[in-house]
Amino acid sequence: MKTQQEIFEILKAQYPDFITTQDTEANELAIEVPALQINSVCQFLASNPDLLFDSLILLSALDDANGKKNSEADGSFEFDGGTLSVIYHLESSKLRHKVVLKVVVPREKPEVESVSSIWQHADWEEREAYDMIGIIFLNHPNLQRILMPYDWDAGFPLRKDYKNPEFYMGIKVP
Amino acid sequence: MGLLDKQFSDENIILTKAEDLLNWARLSSLWQVGFGLACCAIEMMATSASHYDFDRFGVIPRPSPRQADIIIISGTVTLKMATRIKRIYEQMPDPKYVISMGSCSNSGGPYWEHGYHVVKGMDRVIPVDVYVPGCPPRPEALLEGLLKLQEKIRNESLVKKEKV
Ligand code: SF4
Repeated sequence: MKTQQEIFEILKAQYPDFITTQDTEANELAIEVPALQINSVCQFLASNPDLLFDSLILLSALDDANGKKNSEADGSFEFDGGTLSVIYHLESSKLRHKVVLKVVVPREKPEVESVSSIWQHADWEEREAYDMIGIIFLNHPNLQRILMPYDWDAGFPLRKDYKNPEFYMGIKVP
Repeated sequence: MGLLDKQFSDENIILTKAEDLLNWARLSSLWQVGFGLACCAIEMMATSASHYDFDRFGVIPRPSPRQADIIIISGTVTLKMATRIKRIYEQMPDPKYVISMGSCSNSGGPYWEHGYHVVKGMDRVIPVDVYVPGCPPRPEALLEGLLKLQEKIRNESLVKKEKV
């Protein structure tokens, strides 16, 4: 069993180029991983005999809402720039330890490597993150909407600057 | 009309209006589409179960909309579901009736303000006959809703109403 700090040290030694900091904003520490390296880092976490992370407890996406806020006359607003994040909670059921990873991507190009090839369960979690926040998961086997209608084209509802459309298939929405 | 047995003295002839007979037949066997949506559906199932016994009013769940007379919209109607409900409703043969059960289906309920995905009232999609308030309505409330619907059917007429 290892603590988050020990796992961070192991990762730092393994990937000195890009694993350097932990995010301290929330209650939990989260190891920051670049968006295009998350798959190889997770493969390492899943297969290394000292770590053996065999389950992804939770994959969640977050709108950081930290861009420039452009307010409009009707009270709505839009963000220019800023970031979106994806947070991974992993657990090893054999070694009984947990770790939190965080990927931060720019709002304009929210592309993150998929981890569904490592944990099957990530498939639907990633589809939900795509559906609600609009994270594009590269190499995902079936990246389409999961909760909203498949033909929903009014954007991603859990983004802070989301605006409801007037109508959906002739049904008044707001 | 209510219960008819032992109401007549002559066993050969019953005199009634065609309208009354039709209405009585209709309101006494309202078969519902076996269909439930969210938390309200649990109360609807409780109403169908032995304690409240929906069956004593002639309400039996039917697995096909083509054999059904009413649809009880019991719960949260999302935009995705609304398109399906519309199709189910269109598949039901006339005369057909709709009971909207619970705040969600009446008006969007708890999702009134922030529900990006919820239809703010089933009557935006299909015509509703009876609204049953509550979140969720108790089985008694749903029974009351059904009695209201029966009352409505009892007063239906074969004669076309004049346009006002
Ligand atoms: S009205 Fe209340 S109980 Fe009924 S579906 Fe909506 S939230 Fe659930």
